[in-house]
Amino acid sequence: MEQTSNVVVQPVDKNKIMGIWKIAGILAIITLIEYAFAFMMDAGTLRNVIFVGLTIVKAFYIVSEFMHLGHEVKGLIYSVILPMVFILWLIVALVELEGGAVKSSRGIVDYNPDGSEQVDDSH
Amino acid sequence: MATTATVGNKSLWAGGVAPLKASYGKLMMWFFLLSDAFTFSGLLITYAFLRWSAPAYKGDPSDFVFSTEYWPIPEKVYDAFPGLHGVEAPLFFVGLMTFILILSSVTMVLAVEAGQRMDKKGVVKWMLWTIIGGVAFLSCQAWEWSHFISGSGVATIGDVFLNGRWVENYEIMGAGLSFNQYGPPAFAALFFFITGFHGFHVFSGVVINIITFFNAANGMYEKRGHYEMIEKVGLYWHFVDLVWVFVFTFFYLI
Repeated sequence: MEQTSNVVVQPVDKNKIMGIWKIAGILAIITLIEYAFAFMMDAGTLRNVIFVGLTIVKAFYIVSEFMHLGHEVKGLIYSVILPMVFILWLIVALVELEGGAVKSSRGIVDYNPDGSEQVDDSH
Repeated sequence: MATTATVGNKSLWAGGVAPLKASYGKLMMWFFLLSDAFTFSGLLITYAFLRWSAPAYKGDPSDFVFSTEYWPIPEKVYDAFPGLHGVEAPLFFVGLMTFILILSSVTMVLAVEAGQRMDKKGVVKWMLWTIIGGVAFLSCQAWEWSHFISGSGVATIGDVFLNGRWVENYEIMGAGLSFNQYGPPAFAALFFFITGFHGFHVFSGVVINIITFFNAANGMYEKRGHYEMIEKVGLYWHFVDLVWVFVFTFFYLI
């Protein structure tokens, strides 16, 4: 094959490659920790908070390192991250407040096979 | 000219200055991804809202049986693995899918890195791995969908709306958009909609990856003098991985 281009291929920076695999390792380890919680801890609000927290840590590594946002100028970082505040607002407004209100106003009760005793936490 | 803002001796309004030090294409990709993040947030919040307002199962998880009356425990739904019929392997298959997608994200970073060094061979190699990862993920999803649709175990007895009338004590097997054996109708409808919407993103990502793979292999970006297109496509591909991280948590873990 004839070499027509005069493009100079720069040498590989070993540290940079190692850094990429390190991030991948961190993501894999966090996922394994999530599995440990899924199998060893009973379901509940605390477990859900742990899951969401670990997910946000994973999201941070993907956006900051893989998508390189952490190395962009501050203006770009903020114009991408700050609009996400609306999502937090939506979660609180629609899931926690509206979802809870719909559940209680429709008289929906949780299912418990152990007995007829229904614990109503709305009172 | 003395009244306009200047950077060095250059006017900011005379062109040639990239705002936020990012090229037009990259900037627009970021804003597109931001809007796409809102779309997925809307879907996931809908899921959380419907789940929050649906009856939950409060009993012992080991006594759990499927019913259309309450929301199922996810690890009881997703406990199958291809080739292991009847073996309970909760969340193993979706773990494999997560692993595949994270790995294909890594190979995409390596492709971007090779592009920054003008290493055409490296770009072509890592793009190919990324495409293979994407296709593997889609294949896994196809298996998961077909298993979800055809159902497994014992049929769930429930009242369903079928062919224009309510049918009582119907034996429900598998899942469709109107009713399913795992839980309330909304459970499967949301599963199809959200994982389907994500899967369609993966599919378009694979198509775009294939196009840029051929462009890179044909030397188009080498002639252009830079591999920025790989970076832009990479942003999209990482976003697909990012969305999966959230879908994984909300659908399979919580």
